[in-house]
Amino acid sequence: MTPVLEVRGLGFRLPGSGKREAGNVKAELVADLSFTVGAGETLVLLGRSGSGKTTTLKLINRLLEPTAGAVRIAGEDAGALDPVCLRRRIGYVIQEVGLFPHFTVEHNVGLVPRLEGWAPERIAARVRELLALVGLDPGTFAGRYPHELSGGQRQRVGVARALAADPLLLLLDEPFGALDPVTRVELQGEFRSLEGRLGKAMVFVTHDVREGLRLGTRIGVMQGGRLVFLGTPEELRRAEHPEVRAFLEAA
Amino acid sequence: MDLLGQHLYLVAISTGLAVALGVPLGILLTRRAAWRALVLGLANVFQTIPSLALFGFLIPLLGIGAWTAIAALVVYGLLPIVRNTYAGIAGVDPAVREAGRGMGMTDRELLTMVELPLAAAVILAGIRVATVVGVGVATIAAAIGAGGLGVYIFRGVAVVDYTLILAGALPAALLALAADGLLGLAQRRLAWRR
Repeated sequence: MTPVLEVRGLGFRLPGSGKREAGNVKAELVADLSFTVGAGETLVLLGRSGSGKTTTLKLINRLLEPTAGAVRIAGEDAGALDPVCLRRRIGYVIQEVGLFPHFTVEHNVGLVPRLEGWAPERIAARVRELLALVGLDPGTFAGRYPHELSGGQRQRVGVARALAADPLLLLLDEPFGALDPVTRVELQGEFRSLEGRLGKAMVFVTHDVREGLRLGTRIGVMQGGRLVFLGTPEELRRAEHPEVRAFLEAA
Repeated sequence: MDLLGQHLYLVAISTGLAVALGVPLGILLTRRAAWRALVLGLANVFQTIPSLALFGFLIPLLGIGAWTAIAALVVYGLLPIVRNTYAGIAGVDPAVREAGRGMGMTDRELLTMVELPLAAAVILAGIRVATVVGVGVATIAAAIGAGGLGVYIFRGVAVVDYTLILAGALPAALLALAADGLLGLAQRRLAWRR
């Protein structure tokens, strides 16, 4: 069965850093990255700030263009697709959420379906369905504006928005990072049950080990732009790599 | 044609042209970093040229009359409009832009559905400044045969008739205040809470 996401030898080097200089390894933000993610699987990318995890996400949806390696989505070469088409097939959730302040919750969630030209009734039904899925009563919330929502509510809308066009793959960049600890744990729990129901492939970036252990089917630890560990949560707990141990000790 | 009408004509045409040129230019600056210093610098230079001097430079090229005045007014209107268009769009929350791009909006969709609506209040503020400056500079346009309320002012000065001077100065001042007030109102209606 073709994995939903296949990454092979992925690399990203900052432009203008082709010169050979001793201290120039820093310009390679991601190097030699390979992994696959199947439907229903969540790959957690764990790492320190600057380890390349956010860069990796952006290489998958081509907000940054890879300078090496290949990305395949449902068997198709992502590099050969039109980036806009590619991104509409991938859900993208970021830490700051980025809801459009001048759109209602309904307009925000229904954005990609609207760009894709869905019929208005279909969009409205889909929005109601998704708001209920993320735990927001459609009747109350559809007409509200982002500034009228709490942080947790905004991120729920962010997740609903990413799911709107029913993408195969979901990319989440520290989605709960800006929330208070109580809301954070609450959303993690709901997200976990959602993972099971949706059956989508997900790549979830975080620097919180506990969150990673809770939500990941597999965990990849990144350091200096490279993957230094890839395995199940149980394997992670038994791993001996120094960076992995550092994370476990800090938890 | 009465002088108030002429004055309005000068301001309306020149502001319209300044918007038609300035807004696209401002949008371009948000997409082309290399042009920013040059374009904003140039607009700034033109802004500092005294109006009568600018008229003086343009007369050999365009002759005397309304179109020379309009050309000068467009030049003065460009800086506030270009600068505010650029600043308004650049001031949009980067997370909003990233989310939009990440979800698969094309550059045009991002511009028309997100950036321009969110920048609208700031852009309108620039148009407001351009309009008010335009009303003021248009008063001087009378000196080069372009008509407008300045005609009363200059004639009044020439024959030392204060009533005549006021007949031009008062409406001009009121016009500037009215434009400022109306556009200010529109600007407040457009501002979005972040």
